[in-house]
Amino acid sequence: MTLLFDGIAYGMLLFILAVGLAVTLGLMNFINLAHGAFAMAGGYITVLLMNRLGVPFLACLPIAFIGTALLGALLERTLYRPMYSRPHLDQVLFSIGLVFMAVTAVDYVVGSMQQNIHLPDWLQGRLPIEAVGIGKYRLFIVVTCALLTIALQWVLSRTRFGSRLRASVDDPRVAGGLGLDVNRIFLLTFAVGSGLAGLGGALGAEVLGLDPTFPLKFMIYFLIVVSVGGTTTITGPLLAALLLGIADVAGKYYVPKLGAFIVYTLMIAILVWRPQGLFARASAR
Amino acid sequence: MSDTPVAGASPLPSPASAPAGPTTAAPAAAASSPAARSLRGYSRWRWWELALFAALPLSWLLLPGQALLLNEIAIVALFAISLDLILGYAGIVSLGHAAFFGFGAYTAALFAKNVMPDPIVGLAVAIAASAALGLATSVLILRGSDLTRLMVTLGVASILYELANKLDWLTGGADGLQGVVMGPLTVPFTTLKGFDFDLSGRTAYAYTLVVLAIVLFVSRRLVHSPFGTSLQALRDNRLRAASIGLSVPLRLVAVYTYAGAIAGAAGALLAQTTGFASLDVFDFHRSAEVLLVLVVGGTGYLYGGIFGAIVFKLLHDLIAAWTPQYWNFWLGLFLVVLVLVGRERFVRPWTWFRVPGKR
Repeated sequence: MTLLFDGIAYGMLLFILAVGLAVTLGLMNFINLAHGAFAMAGGYITVLLMNRLGVPFLACLPIAFIGTALLGALLERTLYRPMYSRPHLDQVLFSIGLVFMAVTAVDYVVGSMQQNIHLPDWLQGRLPIEAVGIGKYRLFIVVTCALLTIALQWVLSRTRFGSRLRASVDDPRVAGGLGLDVNRIFLLTFAVGSGLAGLGGALGAEVLGLDPTFPLKFMIYFLIVVSVGGTTTITGPLLAALLLGIADVAGKYYVPKLGAFIVYTLMIAILVWRPQGLFARASAR
Repeated sequence: MSDTPVAGASPLPSPASAPAGPTTAAPAAAASSPAARSLRGYSRWRWWELALFAALPLSWLLLPGQALLLNEIAIVALFAISLDLILGYAGIVSLGHAAFFGFGAYTAALFAKNVMPDPIVGLAVAIAASAALGLATSVLILRGSDLTRLMVTLGVASILYELANKLDWLTGGADGLQGVVMGPLTVPFTTLKGFDFDLSGRTAYAYTLVVLAIVLFVSRRLVHSPFGTSLQALRDNRLRAASIGLSVPLRLVAVYTYAGAIAGAAGALLAQTTGFASLDVFDFHRSAEVLLVLVVGGTGYLYGGIFGAIVFKLLHDLIAAWTPQYWNFWLGLFLVVLVLVGRERFVRPWTWFRVPGKR
């Protein structure tokens, strides 16, 4: 049970980290390998604020979100936008370049050691519920991420912005022809997606560990979530992230010898079986 | 030009120097018609290709002190040529090409350590093993979009990385495979034998050069054959290639297997000439680097790998001497600038200040 719960917490975290990537990939068909760099930025903002300036943990989370979102918006406007119409090879090279730069820059500024986060006291320890130990912090993550997911789902399905976004996802050209400013919608979405990644990075700094190689280490996990879940819905990546989280935690617990082997094999099997992702609608394109 | 057959009674006297237009039929004398000549000209040896082939042995003779560096360059070039075959010719974006490189390296090192130390037999075994891996994994890249292929290639490389890491009784795990001793090199079918892989690296470089030249020659024949042309056809438009009767999956399987074999050869050469194989050969960095090398040199004309490898290694040595720890930053910056300027324009500096779109 504890394992299952840890897996769910891990999966929720991965979902928050990767949901921005799902939108980037789905909306503009842009392969952004540098998504993890935003998550790392959020993590480092939190760590530095807490350890150097003594800002409380809860106050750091929104700052991490906003800071990363601004960074994402800036980069989208300046660097990413010319890349949308390029071939996939260019996008891959471009974002790998960004990852390398981010990794080394953080290494240079902060140093290459693992960063520790000091959680406030009320988040440490375990809650013994029916003989099942549940880490308070894990519970906090699950609750936060669940709330965020519900909010996201609400925004996407109930608000005007959500319907505009969905229209742009389905067909950017027609959406533009109907008078929607697809560029601005995308700028906003990219910023929010990066912000969520930053928030995920801040939340996950304690669970996933935070050092300069973070974007490279977790790049494949984000990509798995998105490619297995499909990019057309929000529930697809959510289920994929939960599946991945549980499989990874359970796999590492029961067969530590195999390590991440199971996850990769599972991913390849799923992708060969259903190239568009597990939960994708039949694509028109 | 006098024997150019002009079908029918054309009212206008067509100038003899006009190339074969779409209406000009060339029925019997096809061998010498302009159309046939222009088709054959496509696969003709260019002067710079010959110069390049001549430069390979010259570099061995004239730069004896640089043999170690040159050996590295030649291995990276070989690796990049292999990627060019699937990326430049068949249009498959792979982020896990290091899988074959590393597989070849580990196969060669293990073979030398546990079975026999002869380098050429080891190379052949490594090539065969990597080709088998290419054949086995090629079915995975037939379906799906670019993203799916990216993920699958990356996944295969990650699996092999994990395997090499966890099977430490066989591969030495994270410490790498140490204690690989290569036997002396014996040239087959001759009495020349007993060339040791010494510290100067001259034997190693000569060995690598010969393999590189053979691979270049064979690959050149391959891409200029009808098979190579059909690869480019399916790269440009897969649907159309399939609808004129080309079997797309079979061709992809064939080229992926061949490219896997070459990448395995490159890895085997690395392991044999350095006497060492470590997890680093499967690393994501290596797949990304070879992409960069190829892109710097230019894709789709087979020699891009060589030029890219030379530029890349020299640049690497230069920057790493200046700031060894943060070399990756400049690598990343270089990639970003390269793509922002445009891969095509980057190698043609005279087009930088032209307005894009105007030709």
